[in-house]
Amino acid sequence: MAEEKKLFKVTIDNITTEVEPGTTILMAARKIGGDIVPPTMCYYSKLQNTGGYCRTCLVKVTAGSTADPRPMPKLVASCRTAVMDGMVVENITNPAVLEARKGVVEFLLINHPLDCPVCDQAGECDLQDLSYEHGTEGTRSEFRRRTFERIDIGPYIQLHMTRCILCYRCVHTANQVAGSREHGVLDRGDHAQIATYIQQSLESPMIGNVIDVCPVGALTDRTFRFKNRVWFTKPMDAHRDCPHCKGSVRLWLRGDDVLRVTARKDQWGEVEDWICNECRFEKKKVSDWVIEGPTQLNRHSVINAGHYTNAAKPTEFLKEVMNGHAPRLLLDIHTVSGVNMVDLNDLPGPATGATFNGNPNAFGHNPTDVKEGVGRNMAGTDSTNPNTP
Amino acid sequence: MGRKLLLEKAGIENIRQYDVYRQNGGYSAQEKAYKMAPADIIEEVKKSGLRGRGGAGFPTGLKWSFLAKPEGVPRYLVCNADESEPGTFKDRYLMEFLPHLFIEGLAISSYALGANTCYIYIRGEYAWIPDILEQAIAEARNAGFLGKNILGTGFDLEIYVQRGAGAYICGEETALLESLEGKRGNPRIKPPFPAVKGLWGCPTVVNNVETLAAVVPIINIGGEEYAKIGIGKSTGTKLISACGNINKPGVYEIDMTISVEEFLYSDEYCGGIPNGKRLKACIPGGSSVPIVPANLLLKTAKGEKRMMTYESLADGGFQTGTMMGSGGFIVLDEDQCVVRHTLTLARFYRHESCGQCSPCREGTGWMEKILQNIEYGKGKMSDIDLLWDIQSKIEGNTICPLGDAAAWPVAAAIRHFRDEFEWHVLNPEESQKRNFGLAHYADPLEVSVA
Ligand SMILES: Cc1cc2nc3c(=O)[nH]c(=O)nc-3n(C[C@H](O)[C@H](O)[C@H](O)COP(=O)(O)O)c2cc1C
Ligand code: SF4
Ligand code: SF4
Ligand code: FES
Repeated sequence: MAEEKKLFKVTIDNITTEVEPGTTILMAARKIGGDIVPPTMCYYSKLQNTGGYCRTCLVKVTAGSTADPRPMPKLVASCRTAVMDGMVVENITNPAVLEARKGVVEFLLINHPLDCPVCDQAGECDLQDLSYEHGTEGTRSEFRRRTFERIDIGPYIQLHMTRCILCYRCVHTANQVAGSREHGVLDRGDHAQIATYIQQSLESPMIGNVIDVCPVGALTDRTFRFKNRVWFTKPMDAHRDCPHCKGSVRLWLRGDDVLRVTARKDQWGEVEDWICNECRFEKKKVSDWVIEGPTQLNRHSVINAGHYTNAAKPTEFLKEVMNGHAPRLLLDIHTVSGVNMVDLNDLPGPATGATFNGNPNAFGHNPTDVKEGVGRNMAGTDSTNPNTP
Repeated sequence: MGRKLLLEKAGIENIRQYDVYRQNGGYSAQEKAYKMAPADIIEEVKKSGLRGRGGAGFPTGLKWSFLAKPEGVPRYLVCNADESEPGTFKDRYLMEFLPHLFIEGLAISSYALGANTCYIYIRGEYAWIPDILEQAIAEARNAGFLGKNILGTGFDLEIYVQRGAGAYICGEETALLESLEGKRGNPRIKPPFPAVKGLWGCPTVVNNVETLAAVVPIINIGGEEYAKIGIGKSTGTKLISACGNINKPGVYEIDMTISVEEFLYSDEYCGGIPNGKRLKACIPGGSSVPIVPANLLLKTAKGEKRMMTYESLADGGFQTGTMMGSGGFIVLDEDQCVVRHTLTLARFYRHESCGQCSPCREGTGWMEKILQNIEYGKGKMSDIDLLWDIQSKIEGNTICPLGDAAAWPVAAAIRHFRDEFEWHVLNPEESQKRNFGLAHYADPLEVSVA
């Protein structure tokens, strides 16, 4: 007879579940799902030894276990605390937890610029979601945020430390996934920074994954930066036969252009399978991929805006009202503007009016290009907007 | 005259040399201990009631008994000689002037714990001390008190001295272990505790210099005898490093039976406050413990005499008490500006935070900036409440106690000296000149005399 595994009973916000010994409070909460799942900014279940740093997942343990029902004296990081049999945990039902979480949001925003409109991560930023759901509006800090210049670390990745919240995810990814330690944290305290030490580039063939794990816009994809806003793109699941990785990815399309390739993420915003640089940066033609179909996104996600998977098709009514005649005088925008002649991937920067105005190869001033010193901004707001000083 | 156990031999000329130390009874405790079973030594330490002298005050014997003992896995003893707490300089004195006492303590403790390797992790800024220690280790080795098969017991022990690179956080025991392993000195997330998974994943005990040195007199006089010194759970003697506005700054050994008043005013210890100035406040346990105003320093909230013991100093909790901490006794006279001192401390903690957890990393910097504004006459009334709120959101919400250590001084300063903060806000020009008439903080002793 197979030995029966002893399960631990844990109650989170009055909902009880059973989990295997060794499970963390966070994973138990994820098993239950819904609003009681603490938010995470530094923990990443697909990596080892992450979590414990950001303190957004703090919860109150009101009873340690059946054997020792004493409460834990302080709030604990649910991502790094294992459940005990009979543990009772409070998350959204405890005002002190919510208050502490608000505090964490405020702390995180002290040195993170609130420039979402001009940040490439807008629309898929964990910090934006966190502050929306768990913060208070406005910060009480009146001090300048720390600022850094953007640096291109290698041909594919741009680091803008101004936005980094020191979650250490990219460091763990470089150590564990990329197979080589290519960067780390330099200095201490609020002067700590992610750095390659002596401005080196990140070269490992798997290093692109650091972009996906970064919860904010500190590490961005140089082949995609500001080509578009994510909510204008349409995510599609696709795969290819790749010698380096599983090759199952998400394509971000605008029309027929593949603007960006990322790994697929699960419902917790964590990468399902790591993808290689080749898939991510080199395969930007639809023909490189086998399309599986539109990505099922959370209905509330901003990225979902305008993408209907089972929308009713409007009936063709013009012929009807014109007594069977086809419209002749109506403008066919495709033939007139030549929009479809432009492959947005081939543009080094965002398309401007000039691109579509007779010269498909023209492109606008690219404010994200720091190599000429353009877009340098030490004022505390990172602004990729050329109108900002 | 208090009883001396650690500094007993400190006055002997050339006591730093092995021969002199040996002639004066040195290493006899090790000889005695090595005839005992390791478990009996631990029992003796338990009986002594010795509490860790590194700051937290956790019972040493109990900590030792938690050490995991899996088969075939080495165990380590690591001595925390990082001593970076502002105001604390007692370990330095011990290591510098009584290196052999210290080495003897390490040898006994390693034997008791079954650790064949012991590391001394010493603060890099104590640049000259590693040489003294290394010489003492070499001498003890030559005399057969270290190395292979010590005193014919079959027990081997090597002691290595490792210099830190100068980071306060590397005094936190798990950050220390990371640093010792050659990594960035970030505290580890506990559990697992070092007793189970410490240095290189092996069971490890981390103890303070003074704690390990105290094992020598415990073996010499016996745990029970040691426990008789002091009051309650504050047994034995304690080194206090006294500094600030006192006549006789220095390292003192007290048996924990004297009052704070006696320690501060008697000639045997601090010798009172210079130039007839009055006492304003004191931080009695190193920079991370709460500051207390004069009236609460000498008397507890219950109106009793405050004693130099763990319990009495903590009497009243955070509202009216403070802590023994690492024993750095910092005295402020009536001319000192609490806001300025708090700013100095905030700057220290901001600089020394490892930056792993967001409340500590961001909160310490934020507090420093606000304090700087208040200190320089640019503060607002609402800043004081904001400071209070920030510290409360750091405290208890971080990985390691550095977050608390940064929060407590600010909390206590506001709790006890709020009017001084307000004074800075209301008198921006004068506050820059720092000219205070704050007689109401003067100590009750002097006031009653006048
Ligand atoms: C930020 C921080 C710094 C510390 N620095 C020291 C130190 O310099 N020396 C020390 O002995 N303990 C220090 N400690 C306490 C140690 O973590 C640990 O509690 C102590 O070394 C245990 O020894 P004990 O049991 O002998 O007191 C520090 C703790 C913290 C949180
Ligand atoms: S760069 Fe991004 S992933 Fe790396 S530590 Fe900063 S916020 Fe985290
Ligand atoms: S409390 Fe401060 S020093 Fe301690 S781990 Fe967190 S950030 Fe580092
Ligand atoms: S997610 Fe748990 S502390 Fe960051």
